[in-house]
Amino acid sequence: MSLDAKIPAGPLAEKWSKHKFNLKLVNPANKRKYDVIVVGTGLAGASAAASLAELGYNVKAFCFQDSPRRAHSIAAQGGINAAKNYRNDGDSVYRLFYDTIKGGDYRAREGNVYRLAEVSVNIIDQCVAQGVPFAREYGGLLDNRSFGGAQVSRTFYARGQTGQQLLLGAYSALNRQINAGKVKMYTRTEMLDVVIVDGKAQGIVTRNLKDGKIETHSGHAVLLCTGGYGNVFYLSTNAMGCNVTAAWRAHKRGAFFGNPCYTQIHPTCIPVTGDHQSKLTLMSESLRNDGRVWAPKTAELSQKLRKGELKVTDLKEEDRDYFLERKYPSFGNLVPRDVASRNAKEIVDEGRGVGGSGVAVYLDFAESISRLGEDAVRAKYGNLFDMYYQITDENPYEVPMRIYPAVHYTMGGLWVDYNLMTTVQGLYALGEANFSDHGANRLGASALMQGLADGYFVIPYTIGDYLATIGPKPVDTKHPAFEQTKKEVEERINKLLSLKGNKTVDEYHRELGLIMWEYCGMARSEEGLKKAKGLIHNLRADFWKNAIVIGENEEFNSSLEKAGRVADFLELGELMIDDALMRHESCGGHFRLESQTEEGEAKRDDENFAFVAAWEYKADNQPEVLHKEELVFENVHLTQRSYK
Amino acid sequence: MRFEVLNRNTTQDFRLRTTDFIKMSNGNMNLTLKVWRQKNAQTAGKFVNYKAEGISPDMSFLEMLDVVNEGLIHKGEDPIHFDHDCREGICGMCSLYINGHPHGPKRAITTCQLHMRTFHDGETVTIEPWRAGPFPVIKDLAVDRSAFDRIQQAGGYVSVNTGGVPDANEIAIPKVIADEAFNSATCIGCGACVAACKNASAMLFVSAKIKQFSLLPQGQPERYRRVQSMVAQMDAEGFGSCTNTGACEAECPKEIKLTNIAGMNLDYFSAKLFRQEELHEQGHGEG
Ligand SMILES: Cc1cc2nc3c(=O)[nH]c(=O)nc-3n(C[C@H](O)[C@H](O)[C@H](O)COP(=O)(O)OP(=O)(O)OC[C@H]3O[C@@H](n4cnc5c(N)ncnc54)[C@H](O)[C@@H]3O)c2cc1C
Ligand code: SF4
Ligand code: FES
Repeated sequence: MSLDAKIPAGPLAEKWSKHKFNLKLVNPANKRKYDVIVVGTGLAGASAAASLAELGYNVKAFCFQDSPRRAHSIAAQGGINAAKNYRNDGDSVYRLFYDTIKGGDYRAREGNVYRLAEVSVNIIDQCVAQGVPFAREYGGLLDNRSFGGAQVSRTFYARGQTGQQLLLGAYSALNRQINAGKVKMYTRTEMLDVVIVDGKAQGIVTRNLKDGKIETHSGHAVLLCTGGYGNVFYLSTNAMGCNVTAAWRAHKRGAFFGNPCYTQIHPTCIPVTGDHQSKLTLMSESLRNDGRVWAPKTAELSQKLRKGELKVTDLKEEDRDYFLERKYPSFGNLVPRDVASRNAKEIVDEGRGVGGSGVAVYLDFAESISRLGEDAVRAKYGNLFDMYYQITDENPYEVPMRIYPAVHYTMGGLWVDYNLMTTVQGLYALGEANFSDHGANRLGASALMQGLADGYFVIPYTIGDYLATIGPKPVDTKHPAFEQTKKEVEERINKLLSLKGNKTVDEYHRELGLIMWEYCGMARSEEGLKKAKGLIHNLRADFWKNAIVIGENEEFNSSLEKAGRVADFLELGELMIDDALMRHESCGGHFRLESQTEEGEAKRDDENFAFVAAWEYKADNQPEVLHKEELVFENVHLTQRSYK
Repeated sequence: MRFEVLNRNTTQDFRLRTTDFIKMSNGNMNLTLKVWRQKNAQTAGKFVNYKAEGISPDMSFLEMLDVVNEGLIHKGEDPIHFDHDCREGICGMCSLYINGHPHGPKRAITTCQLHMRTFHDGETVTIEPWRAGPFPVIKDLAVDRSAFDRIQQAGGYVSVNTGGVPDANEIAIPKVIADEAFNSATCIGCGACVAACKNASAMLFVSAKIKQFSLLPQGQPERYRRVQSMVAQMDAEGFGSCTNTGACEAECPKEIKLTNIAGMNLDYFSAKLFRQEELHEQGHGEG
């Protein structure tokens, strides 16, 4: 099978308008004859479900939490980008496009990224119209802040909880359609498989998490808006329930997986305190606007600090190394995430880390507090400081924060074409669940933008083209594929429930996470990756023999839920390793030790690796097949990224 | 400087670091937990005692429960079910009534943000679900809060479709108004206010949702319609009335203010008047 990304021809700035014009339309009176399944109600899913219902389609929406408002998007802190140029500081659609392509280390599609930048401006308008309370200035107009990887101020925000406010906006639009009877909402319901009829996605199999009821649902198209898979690392900034199950089940039914090894490690998270740790907490990147990152100049000083022989506030200015400002004078503390993360790792590896474990660096606000005053700093970051204090019991107004990188976001995901359709007809992927727009590294404040772009402004157009082609004939739910898929889901559940070994599912998950973090984290090498592959393979085999799963299917059963998700992570982990091994270059968040410049920066290999890796599942325990989608750059010139 | 291959890429180093962490977390607090266990909505529940041993003060409350659950699973017993997701105080999924307080004894935080350093060695901690008629127990400590969703479905929105809206900066909104609307919008829909109230009133939650819209220009066109439909749904769900005890405000993790309720009542009252006026006008026209 050959991959056709369906990027429209013609000049960059005209691609999307032309494409919209060329797409087939569904007549307004016919829209109500189509059923669309939307799995996931985060920013991508809620915006898609609401917008499609407004157009007249019948939507069935699903989420595993008890309310659509609790999707993981709720936790986004920092902000959302848009090329509004309200600051008059030289921003434009083209600059946002350029920054995103460059930030992604030239591993994303020009066409997709330009479209994203283009619709970004509509997103802000839409959210404001819904009543999203963005931060404002005294003149009453919207405020902006800066984020990493950009030299303009284009990030819109709502204190430290932009995600919650944007999601509440999308959720309100969704609620309006639920009230109008156009969306039927299924909460506490987990999708466990896709039903494929004659090569087309026509339904899903779900489990009601409250009572274990397994059901099938049919639709003319299925949208997966199920978020990212960062939890394959066990510890990440993702919510506890984030998982790959929906995407992975779809992958095993024929949807190719794009760039699985591209993960983002966020530089500013609260460090691990012990092996009881269940998740890591992000300290928004916006903090790097006013906080300065530093470490002691020598390992000896670091030892003294760690032993408590020296107080951090007593450390002399000349003994501090503001390493980002020193190495990257033009971007300073605002270098992209991958660069900031790797530099923190370097410091720790040199023995210059701080905190009890020595696995942290400082993020210091003393200078800002003395320049702007404590109140101004509190107004900007108050809730983040409180959160930090809550978790660490240290007051960041008085002592610098301790931070360390943590897994945060997955750029990889289901491969989709320009219409957001996967390699399975009628199966779409939106938001973090797809691989589309961020290349090998995502810039801050761009995930919210992408999720809402996909849901509000892309899918409402592109889905019509497919639906018009297949026609409104009702889906045949009597087709044996529905019963068959349901049976397979039930068998798998029974197999999981039969596991009565001696190791808990969390213990497997934690072990998988350590392997992934160690060998497929901030730095990857051929030797390490090969070793990890063997380790994961054995761990998976052991899981299916020795895991303990409690209880039965016909009840609220958290043990069973977790087991199903971890089983999928164990398979995904191996594919991530294969992908990282194959990509013998460094790009963005993927840093191969064998491929670096003299200064230790990521070294791309455009000649051999300027492609999207799309993996095809064949059968259990068989190697997946790699398909390459060559990336074509007609507008930007590929350069080695430099933030010096 | 170049990154070296040798860094922690050996299992030995890797184990070393893991043990580092283990040492750090080796807690020495021992607690007794008195936990509400209930198989499902149909069966009666009861308190069961558990030992939580080797707890570190750095653990969050939910991490402490994770430890207890791991122990239960090892013994082949059903783990304690509780709701949670983000574990950073924003999704509103965690609940738990701890020692008589929704979200535990500390002010202005959620259960997932509560840390074990708040408790002392040897303490007995009582853990119950939210108890309110409109929030039936699903299992153990998890309750059904879908009534909150239905209240918002009844009118908690501005009726705009995707596309065709004015430029975001077309309407200036005074910063004080925007900030005030934001304060109401910070409600995470957790339901602690209901759990704290002896009448199981949902007024604090509903009023926060209403106030956000009634302050903003975007919310004006449907202002009076919204308050009536949301209040009607709130009543239909069986939430009690407000007798101004203020327990909700004291226990709300987001410090939502009682003044929201006053604002809602005012809108509700004028809605009734407004509608009467409307009817009056109609009648007048016909005559
Ligand atoms: C702590 C944190 C802070 C962040 N801050 C920012 C920021 O400031 N700016 C920015 O741009 N980005 C930020 N991000 C990234 C951004 O929040 C996410 O990438 C984005 O919100 C993902 O949205 P989504 O709609 O794709 O998925 P999600 O919001 O994760 O939603 C997934 C949905 O799928 C459902 N689901 C999943 N699996 C199943 C299944 N099997 N069956 C049924 N339902 C299922 C879930 O219930 C949920 O409704 C942040 C991320 C984190 C972790
Ligand atoms: S008002 Fe407070 S307690 Fe009530 S739901 Fe909102 S955040 Fe929770
Ligand atoms: S788990 Fe999300 S608020 Fe507590």
